[in-house]
Amino acid sequence: MDGKQDAELSRLLKAALLGDEVAYAEFLRVAAGLVRGFASARITQGAVDPEDIVQETLLAVHLKRHTWRDDLPVGPWLFAIARFKLVDAFRKVGRRRMEVPLGDTFDVAAPDPAEATSDREMSRILGSLAPGQRAVVSAISVEGNSIREAAQVLDMSEGAVRVALHRGLSAIAKRFGQT
Amino acid sequence: MDTNRLIDALAADNASVAAPMSRVWWIAVLVAVLLAGAVFFTMLGPRADFTEATYTPRFLFKFVVTLALSATAIVCTIALARPGASTRTASWMLLSAPALLAIAIVAEVAAVPQNQLQSQWLGTNALLCLTFIPLIGVGPLSVMLFALKRGAPTHPALSGAIAGLVAGGIAATFYAAHCSDDSPLFVGSWYSLAVLQLVALGAVAGKFFLRW
Repeated sequence: MDGKQDAELSRLLKAALLGDEVAYAEFLRVAAGLVRGFASARITQGAVDPEDIVQETLLAVHLKRHTWRDDLPVGPWLFAIARFKLVDAFRKVGRRRMEVPLGDTFDVAAPDPAEATSDREMSRILGSLAPGQRAVVSAISVEGNSIREAAQVLDMSEGAVRVALHRGLSAIAKRFGQT
Repeated sequence: MDTNRLIDALAADNASVAAPMSRVWWIAVLVAVLLAGAVFFTMLGPRADFTEATYTPRFLFKFVVTLALSATAIVCTIALARPGASTRTASWMLLSAPALLAIAIVAEVAAVPQNQLQSQWLGTNALLCLTFIPLIGVGPLSVMLFALKRGAPTHPALSGAIAGLVAGGIAATFYAAHCSDDSPLFVGSWYSLAVLQLVALGAVAGKFFLRW
């Protein structure tokens, strides 16, 4: 990732941290591509699904984005999180001495996998959430509703939906860490 | 779950962002010092001849070492909580406390008569030191671990270990006010052993507690 790409990505995240939801979505999309390329290149056997790494990394990025200092490049920060999640995923499936060079960085972005799958790690963990949180997270991240639509469908206030969404995402991240 | 849908969900949750780490660290260090102080003053308190002791360089030097350890370990911890942050400078700075101690030990060995060296080294209260520095440091260690958990430490066990160094430095600073053994030889061995207990505890705690 060159300086110009990093500057652009940093700009998006900075705007996101100031409240720009559109910039944040764009940041996450670009980040997903970078992490996908990174994970695919380093997963040689089938024990770990690259897209699971992408999703787990995005969730971690979301919950830890306050740890990025906006006067520093965003690439190394993002890469460190992706690497951390990948090494952890390998550890969970028993691959002990996995080496991902520390000085590495992102090479090429990879596009979305063509087939939409429901057997993602995140879908599985979603199923184990408390019913309230599961309903909200599912409405938004599986059914594709907006906050307002989810509030209508579930007969909740928008504020309650936001709270349940955040708690649900945090709970998913916590379960990822516990497996 | 489709990744694009996940992205939509995360973007919808944009408004909730955690407090910046700078605030977390200020509060953590303050609470850690207060906790250590509370335990110290309740259980030990400063030595009776504290005021007189502050006129002796050896006594004051103990604080130079413990404060250097605390400060450099805090800097290291803060770096370790940020993914991708360079810990190179912080790591080198960590050597300052041991380096100061080493210089003092050399000076001590040169200055003190041979037959007195061993008694200086063994001191009068090694057991007290080994007991109370960890006791005073346990609270600060917990606080630093909770602070680390708000961050994103990509080396959980190492981060916990360095948090143990912070706790050890803070605890040792308070303990040094009570301790009547001022020899660098004593500090270099017994204080170090005591701090190492906190480092080991921090590493184990970090490994399990600092997952994210």
